[in-house]
Order: sequence, then C-alpha cells, then structure tokens
Amino acid sequence: MNSPVLDRLIRWFHQLGSPPTFDRFAARWAPWAYVLGLLTMAVGLYGALFQVPADYQQGDSFRILYIHVPSAWMSMAIFALMAFYAAIGLVWRIKLCEILAMSCAPIGAAFTLITLATGSIWGKPMWGTWWEWDPRLTTELILLFLYLGVMGLYAAIDDRRNAARAAGFLAIVGVALLPVIRWSVVWWNSLHQGQTIRMFGESSMDASMLAPLAWMVVGTHLWFVGSLLTRARADNLVRESGKDWVARLVEARR
Amino acid sequence: MMRRAAGALVTRDLRLLWTRRGDAFQPALFALLMVMLFALALGGDAKALAPVASAVLWLAVLLAGLLSLDSMFRGDAEDGSLEQWMLAPVPLWWLVLVRTLVHWASTALPVILAVPMLGELLHLPRAQLPVLMVSLMLGTPILSLLGAVVAALTIGMRRAGVLVALLALPLYVPVLVFGAGAVAASAQGLDAVGALLLLGAGLVLALVLAPLAAAAALRIAHN
Repeated sequence: MNSPVLDRLIRWFHQLGSPPTFDRFAARWAPWAYVLGLLTMAVGLYGALFQVPADYQQGDSFRILYIHVPSAWMSMAIFALMAFYAAIGLVWRIKLCEILAMSCAPIGAAFTLITLATGSIWGKPMWGTWWEWDPRLTTELILLFLYLGVMGLYAAIDDRRNAARAAGFLAIVGVALLPVIRWSVVWWNSLHQGQTIRMFGESSMDASMLAPLAWMVVGTHLWFVGSLLTRARADNLVRESGKDWVARLVEARR
Repeated sequence: MMRRAAGALVTRDLRLLWTRRGDAFQPALFALLMVMLFALALGGDAKALAPVASAVLWLAVLLAGLLSLDSMFRGDAEDGSLEQWMLAPVPLWWLVLVRTLVHWASTALPVILAVPMLGELLHLPRAQLPVLMVSLMLGTPILSLLGAVVAALTIGMRRAGVLVALLALPLYVPVLVFGAGAVAASAQGLDAVGALLLLGAGLVLALVLAPLAAAAALRIAHN
C-alpha cells in the first residue's frame, strides 16, 4: 500500500481540494483543454462535412448528427457527473466538489439546448415537423428543465454552500430520469430512431461514418473539461474573494 | 412512539386547519376558476369541451395542488416547529410522511371531491368519470409526495415563487402522462388498467422513497 507513487498521487489529490491549488491547476489546464477540444472538433467536423459520403436515404442532412449525437451524450453524461460531484459534496462536505457540481449545470443545459435545437432542425425536413411529443424528445426537454431547476435553486438561496447542497440534492434526485431517456426509444414505440451505435457488438451505422463521430465525441469532452475548469475557477474565486491569496492574485495582475 | 407522534401531529394540523377552515376551499375554488377559464376559452361548446374535459380536470387538480405546495413546511419552518421535528425521538421521514398525507387530505382531496361537479361543467362523458376518479386518487398522492421534496428544498428561501413550479412540474410529468393517459385510453375503448397499475406502483414507490428524500432535503435546506 505504501508505494511512494501512490502516496504522492493521494497527496496531490488532497491538495487539489484547496482553493489556491485548484485555481492554479484550472488556470493552467483550461486553455489546453479548450485548444485541444477545438482542434479535435475541427478534425471531426472536416471529416463529417467533406469526407463522409452522403447517406443513401437522407442525403446530406444526416450530417447534423455529428453535432446532435455528441451533445446528446454529453447532456446525459454531464448530468450524471453533476450528481456524482454533488453526492461527494454532500457526503464528505468537500467544497470543491460542490463548486464543480454547480459548474456542470450551465454547460449541461447548453448541450441539452444544442441537442434539442439540432434535432428540431433535422426533424423539419425528415419528419416534416419541428417538434413531436415523442418520449425521447419529451424526456430530453424535461432534462433541460431539471438543469434549469438546479441552476435556479442554486441562484435563489443566499448562502452559497447551502445553495450548492440543496441544488446538488435535486441533481441526485433527477438522476432517476437518465435511464428513462437512455431507453426511451426501446421502451416506447417512438418516432425517434432506435439505437444505431453500439459500444459492444456491431453498430448499424457504417464504419466510414463512425470515425468523425469519435473525433466529435472526444472533442466535446475536452471542450467540456475546459469549460468546467473555467467556470469552477470563477466560482471558486468569487467564493474566496475575501481571502489573502485572491488579493495577491489581483495585485499580481495589476 | 411513532403512532403517538403521528397522532399528535395530525391533531395539531387538523386544529390549525379548523381555525382557518375557509382555506380548505381555496384549491377547489382555484380549480373551479380554471375550469371556467378553459370552458370559456374553448368557446363553451359541449362538442369541443367533452373530448378535452378529462385532461383539463387533471390539469386543474395538478395546478391547484402546485399552488398549495409552498405551505407544506413553510409555517413550521417559520415558527420553529421544524427544529422540534428534527430533535424529536421519531425519525424525521415519519413526520414528513404524516404531514404530507394530512396536507394531501386537506388540499387535494376537496378538489377531487369537487371533480364530478366540475366534470358536469365541462360536459365530461359520464363513462369516463370512474376511471378519472381512480386515476386522481392514485395520482394526486404521488404529486403531493414529490411536491414534499420540492417544498423541503425551497424552505430556505423567503419566497419560492416560480421556482417551485420550475422544480415540481418536470417531476409531475410522468404522473400526468399516466393519469391523463389512463382516462384517454378508456375513452378510446382501450383497457385503462395498465396505466392505473403503473400509477399504483408509482404511489407505492413514492410512499417509500419520497419521505426519505424530503427529510434529507429538509436537513440540507434548513439550517
């Protein structure tokens, strides 16, 4: 158990919880995540727009899925991550986890909005309607409301730590929705197409169409990391604004 | 011990309710006003009203319940009874459960009792009434139990306002879908039992889990 590498790793992990250390960490890595995310997404978009052949049924309009599908996955993954951080924050009272959980909410809401908007734009030529009260669309809309609820609750309570814990609790309760969204196309007869991409076994999508999607998925994840670090850093600085180290940081900027 | 605590809480709530007995009619009055507005907005024509009557009634009951949600723990938080709840030798979730059921009986039940009359105003087909009543009896306690979690979370705010609606309504969606869906299915001649059984299962689940969640939320939000 007492390997020096593990000890150092654990010590580094504990130190990361201290606000000044996290500030330095986030300031250092957020730009990297942004740049890498942008580059990866650029590669993915180039492949999606110029290299992948047009679909034999849908023509060129299927290409919007390269934005729609990664953001849909992100919208759900971020909610799970938010609940995970919130649970850690509630159980072990780690302030940084509360901050991280609350920083997840606006990013997740943005990805959900992108999912709904791109799906709607795709739906108009394909289904002939901007919106359909279909289980998957409805549950995704409810997910957006849950994000907005978490953000609203966090903004409405004056005490920051109480606000983060109450909103985090709501996030944990809301996790019950995620499996419903995930399997909504399987459980109900749905207009939204069923699962075509499988992690295990054969996907029903052609392999040539998958590569740009993989780039986009990695790119959105990297972008999310950058966005999360930037937002958490800002919230962290606001909460610590009375402390010496923030004052010194501002002095150094001048 | 748990029975005595529940008895004391019920007696106290009923006494408080009796001193303000006019309030018990307010949700039903709100539902009546909503039914009136819907009927007038749809032109008051029996042919236009009958197909949507059951959905409008479900909505009226749901929104009337939403209005009274904020009062579930508000008074106890303000006069300090909530601290007594937390210090009491019985588990907090038990008191939360008792309070939620009393709250349901004093706010949702009067509206449900008024539904047959409101249904007549909307020209609700008589054959749909039994299914509607059963779906309401099974569905509204779930709404109250989910609402208890939201009410507990917002207890730290002076005025929760629209936020309660933003938090509660997304959670209400499945209940509304299956509740109104049961009536719609029976109106089309299909079997409504499936949706009603799902509502019943949801009620059992909510009875077990929601008081625990609401108690945890109360501890978090009330400091």
